[in-house]
Amino acid sequence: MNVLVYLVPAALLLGLAGLIAFLWTLRSGQYEDLDGAALRILSDDDLEGRTR
Amino acid sequence: MSEAVDFSTFIERKADGTAHIALAVEGIGCAGCIRKIEGGLTKLPGIVDARVNFTQRRLAVDWRDGAIDPARIVSELERIGYRAHPFAPERAEASETQHTKWLLKCLAVAGFAAMNVMLLSISVWSGDVSDMTSDTRDLFHWLSALIALPAAAYAGQPFFQSAFKALRARHTNMDLPISIGVILALGLSLYETATHAAHVYFDSAIMLLFFLLCGRYLEQAMRRKTRLFAGNLASHKAAFAHRLDGNGELTQVPVAALHPGDRVLVRPGALIAADGAILTGASEIDESLVTGETVPRAVHAGDFVYAGSTNLAGALTMRVVAAGGGTLVDEVERLLRKATEAKSRTVRLADRAARFYAPVVHATAALTALGWLIAGASVHDAVVTAIAVLIITCPCALALAIPAVQVVAAGQLFRSSVILNSGDAIERLAEVDTVVFDKTGTLTLPDPEVDTSTIDPDLLERAARLALSSHHPLAAALARQVRLRAPYASAVEEPGRGVRALIDGKEARLGSAAFCGIDAHTAAVSAPAGTSFIAFAHDGQVARIIIGQAPRPDAVAVVQALQARGLDLIILSGDRPDAVAAVAAQLGVQQWMASLTPAEKIAVIELLKSKGRRVLMVGDGLNDAPALAAAHVSLSPITAAHLAQTHADALFLGERLTPVLRAVEVTRRARALIKQNLVLTVIYNACAVPIAVAGLVTPLIAAVAMSGSSILVTLNALRARLSVAPPQLAGEAAQPPAQAEPLANATMEPTR
Repeated sequence: MNVLVYLVPAALLLGLAGLIAFLWTLRSGQYEDLDGAALRILSDDDLEGRTR
Repeated sequence: MSEAVDFSTFIERKADGTAHIALAVEGIGCAGCIRKIEGGLTKLPGIVDARVNFTQRRLAVDWRDGAIDPARIVSELERIGYRAHPFAPERAEASETQHTKWLLKCLAVAGFAAMNVMLLSISVWSGDVSDMTSDTRDLFHWLSALIALPAAAYAGQPFFQSAFKALRARHTNMDLPISIGVILALGLSLYETATHAAHVYFDSAIMLLFFLLCGRYLEQAMRRKTRLFAGNLASHKAAFAHRLDGNGELTQVPVAALHPGDRVLVRPGALIAADGAILTGASEIDESLVTGETVPRAVHAGDFVYAGSTNLAGALTMRVVAAGGGTLVDEVERLLRKATEAKSRTVRLADRAARFYAPVVHATAALTALGWLIAGASVHDAVVTAIAVLIITCPCALALAIPAVQVVAAGQLFRSSVILNSGDAIERLAEVDTVVFDKTGTLTLPDPEVDTSTIDPDLLERAARLALSSHHPLAAALARQVRLRAPYASAVEEPGRGVRALIDGKEARLGSAAFCGIDAHTAAVSAPAGTSFIAFAHDGQVARIIIGQAPRPDAVAVVQALQARGLDLIILSGDRPDAVAAVAAQLGVQQWMASLTPAEKIAVIELLKSKGRRVLMVGDGLNDAPALAAAHVSLSPITAAHLAQTHADALFLGERLTPVLRAVEVTRRARALIKQNLVLTVIYNACAVPIAVAGLVTPLIAAVAMSGSSILVTLNALRARLSVAPPQLAGEAAQPPAQAEPLANATMEPTR
């Protein structure tokens, strides 16, 4: 059972990392415009100037 | 446009020298629009950032203060094909957004905790049947406590706060049994952990919070979505007024920025933006949106006019009056206050359930403890069993039963072009047995239509092309009939009289009867009730073009469908009896009353209510607003007067009346599903409570029973989505209802 000593903290830390990542995305407004994000990814404006 | 535009009330200036404006944009419908708008604006000098929010159909622009006139941003958008309306978010909307974010944070914390506690709990449950030592089990219990206690303290706040508020106001709500259940479950588990017991309920408590927060969040997201959308529509309608400043200069200001005492110029064809008294000028005004009366009223200096009327003929200057010195507006406001008070007394289904639920559950728990004590159990065992009863009856499914269905039904209404203003409108719409319609603008189209049946098409085309050069609203109706959108080059408008032009070398005139050389009296006598006409004269030919209110295209079919569903239909109108009788006969509605004042409309509705009827009021005018508030539930078309819109429970979009029928159908189905869900939760409790009272509940049973019932109720709610096909109306086969994307459709609605 000694394996628990690092497995349990590892599981908790991973979960906590996920939670913090979610709170960060929420704070930076990434859920404000879900439909827009789906469309913006199709636009390739950002490639102009680099490829040409 | 040489006239200055004043956007200052909408601009937000920041400390770093940039300015910010929010705009609601019409016509955003695809990925290309985002690029076009953002690309087009960032090319302008001085613009720091332009960002489209596609979901909300809004645009946020930042620029270096002073580098560019904000009016230039709007005109640039107009040039690339989008109408933009400056937008001041209401305070209510900002707090909704804040609340939504908070719930989402709570949901995230509860979700994280539920996953990790479950991880530990499943280990313990499987350890119980294999070789886990009691020391390891204690360690896992302590770890669960470490995660669950802080998480519950944070994620449980929405429930604890609401329960505390209810307690302080000395009544109960659904959050009270929830809070008590969660706190007792956590407290008991902590005690059991400290005394090395086998059973703890950390997982149940935290999972309960997670499920409940899902329901809360969905409900809140639905409310926020409709609020955002209603805000956009309001800004599309928000008119600009032409303010005459002290030095005689004209400034375009948003109506919201008008103050009492301001002088305002109202051009022919424009909407009157505020209540006020006429200073100079004489004209005819169309008050159909205010009183329902379709025949224009002649006004002169000194007369009082109401916001929402349309100026038909000559230019007017008026002075804005604050409190609305007119009798009508005062009367409407007084009636509104009374009607709204009466309405707030109706109790929501969920609250009725809560009022019944909490005492029953708590009494059962108390009786359980008492029963076990009498039967000779130890105090510890009796209390543990009583708490198990509380945990298992915690109204998780009950709290999900209603919002889950409401969210699905609101989504369906949204796709049928109905936008809810209030969350509990679904419940009330489903109970309706009588529908009261206003006539003008509700059963009939808001804009007048030309009667083309009696006119030579060639003559109509000439008249319609001439009408393109006029600003008169009746001429605008005529101009919609034109096939070739080319105005005559020689056209001259004589304000208040008409338009004239040379067609094929001969003079043509379009306008009042006198202007075209017709005897006004004989012309008016033969016009059908409730209609107006424009005269047209060209090359010796003289014609009267009759323009009147046409019923909405599907009005007859919707009226029949509503009657077929057992609803009683009544028309209450402020218009004259002959005009109302004609529409009632055309639509097949037997009961109608005409020439009603706002107070009389309320009186009729109160009479119906006293007979036990549940009345749905459908109306659009200022004179309907009190009746809308007084009725059990109310609907308004999106073209309605502002006051009517704010007091309607729901709005519908487009030219058709079908959304009214859809609203009734969708909500009736939703009510059936809510009832099924409530029955399901009762069955669940009937099965689970005896097990809990008998003291047989283990943490595993509690977890399975609770999540099982929640998932069952949610899945049942989703059935609302599967089965309702749009109703097929008699007499319209091919035309599909506006199903596609109501947001996109709505933003392209013409605005007046």
